[in-house]
Amino acid sequence: MLNMVPSAFKIIRDENKCIQCKVCVKQCANLVHYYDEEKDIVRADDTKCVCCHRCVVLCPTKALTIINYPLDYRQNANWTKNYMDDIYRQAQSGGVLLASMGNPKPFPVYWDKMLLNASQVTNPSIDPLREPMETKVLIGRKPEKLEYDKKGKLATKMPPQVELKIPIMFSAMSYGSISRNAHESLARAAEELGICYNTGEGGLNKDFYKYGKNTIVQVASGRFGVYKDYLNAGAAVEIKIGQGAKPGIGGHLPGEKVDEDVSGTRMIPLGSDAISPAPHHDIYSIEDLRQLIFSLKEATAYKKPIFVKIAAVHNSAAIASGIARAGADAIVIDGFRGGTGAAPARIRDNVGIPIELALASIDQRLREEGIRNEVSLIAAGSIRNSADVIKAVALGADAVYIASAALIAMGCHMCHSCSVGKCNWGIATQVPELVRRLNPDIMYKRLVNLVSAWNHEIQEILGGMGINAIDSLRGNKLMLRGIDLNEKELEVLGIKHAGE
Amino acid sequence: MKRIYAFEDKCLGCGLCEVYCRTAHSKSKDIIKAHKEENIVSGISIEEIMSPKSAFYFALQCRHCKDPKCVKACISGAMYKDENDIVRNNKDKCVACLSCVLVCPFGAIKKNTDGKAVSKCDLCVEVGSPVCVENCPNEAIKLLDEDSEILK
Repeated sequence: MLNMVPSAFKIIRDENKCIQCKVCVKQCANLVHYYDEEKDIVRADDTKCVCCHRCVVLCPTKALTIINYPLDYRQNANWTKNYMDDIYRQAQSGGVLLASMGNPKPFPVYWDKMLLNASQVTNPSIDPLREPMETKVLIGRKPEKLEYDKKGKLATKMPPQVELKIPIMFSAMSYGSISRNAHESLARAAEELGICYNTGEGGLNKDFYKYGKNTIVQVASGRFGVYKDYLNAGAAVEIKIGQGAKPGIGGHLPGEKVDEDVSGTRMIPLGSDAISPAPHHDIYSIEDLRQLIFSLKEATAYKKPIFVKIAAVHNSAAIASGIARAGADAIVIDGFRGGTGAAPARIRDNVGIPIELALASIDQRLREEGIRNEVSLIAAGSIRNSADVIKAVALGADAVYIASAALIAMGCHMCHSCSVGKCNWGIATQVPELVRRLNPDIMYKRLVNLVSAWNHEIQEILGGMGINAIDSLRGNKLMLRGIDLNEKELEVLGIKHAGE
Repeated sequence: MKRIYAFEDKCLGCGLCEVYCRTAHSKSKDIIKAHKEENIVSGISIEEIMSPKSAFYFALQCRHCKDPKCVKACISGAMYKDENDIVRNNKDKCVACLSCVLVCPFGAIKKNTDGKAVSKCDLCVEVGSPVCVENCPNEAIKLLDEDSEILK
């Protein structure tokens, strides 16, 4: 059948700079670059390029540029190139369009429409380089009040908590969807930073049990690799109900990615597709969820906090209230811009709501019901920098999850091709030659650098506000002002407009 | 002494070590001129190992043997071990008889393209430190002491 989908990218090679070293040829898993021996030049097949920049970054003479393919359709504000190309694709394949990473559409990014406060004259700002600045947080259910005995010792029995030195964790990415080396980098970085990473739903390889106190183990609808030792291996257990990139949808790890190691970790046959159903087949109500929460608490002897992760959808606030009442110790809300290894494109691009709005409304609802202390709130779904972290905390989050940012630190260039399994950066692949490209010794340091840098910035911003502990910022919406937002948006966010 | 060690579990096989080796051993020291105008043979080369599950790569270069066969075999006195135990080749003396190429147990010596001398790794003594090690994108080659912890 005639392929009507035009090339997405065009590769421009500066022949004056190209030295025919063939690094690009050897590095492109999509087989874009090839060497023409007869003419002694390196050439490229634009149609296969996914714009991952592996060749651009490794080219020693910087001879390569990749641009969007400069092919225009007749101008039409309704039938845009994206929609027409998708129709060509579906008319050819008859299948559901798959996409990876987060929602790329130009929906409003509320983080960028909120501005932060700083101290001037009437209350002093704090210099974090000279004065203590606390960014440690405890994730878990907090008692309504603290009681002390006559000697002044704490008499209240504290529910289990996870201590994070920085209010940032690496969110769930399963071993299978990402490579073993990527997983190892995340685990080692979490250990050094005193934070947690999340196993995702793919189970936990025996080699990683040693990072247990920095691990959150996930229980999702597929229940891959879940057994007693796994549940007790981590610092907390997370029940995954939904994911921001694909609310209401399960997962599907193709059999090609289920090699010996992945199959052992997931406890499924070698080469079989790993299918996570859309719902948990034992959860059809808040009461059912409560049963699972308490089953997991029993299995972990009430020593581990249980998180429940949901996608940000229309009724998140009411659902969150139910989750808190079902006995969860923390609620994770994943906004619609959160990433994924693979999701149906229409769902990724159209289902769910922005994390900023969901987070603010959940925090507000839990406060109104007087149960905010019963759960910690963790915001996820495209936290891009330290200012986003600060704004999330001010909107009510106890901590945030980052994943896309962590992948970008490890080399991801957001080419949105994870589902193909040929990640040139060694992240979203199980091909041994490609996995080897990601050296955990280098990458864990880059992750530590990134989060440490954010932590420095968080401390600077807090200091500027005259606050010396991240706990004092939580839900402190007076530190936020909206810009370019309408009254309804301000009302949902619970903030005032700039100038007010 | 310090030698360059290759780690095949990290090597991408990209060949950047070869590119930077050629540049460092060029007259111009310019990456583009070195490749377009000078015809230099790299002292390091990427070797491929085929294994049933995947291809492995490693970077091969002179091992700077304790008792170098190439020095013994050299008929013109061009190949010598310097005061730091680095095996080097004096290109002015080399007559390209290729005896060293034949006796090297690692295949680490190569004939120059002009056929007038041979090229091999000199650990970049004139540059300072080995450029292949400095420019490896995945730390797959390292300059290490024989008794380094990493090798144990």
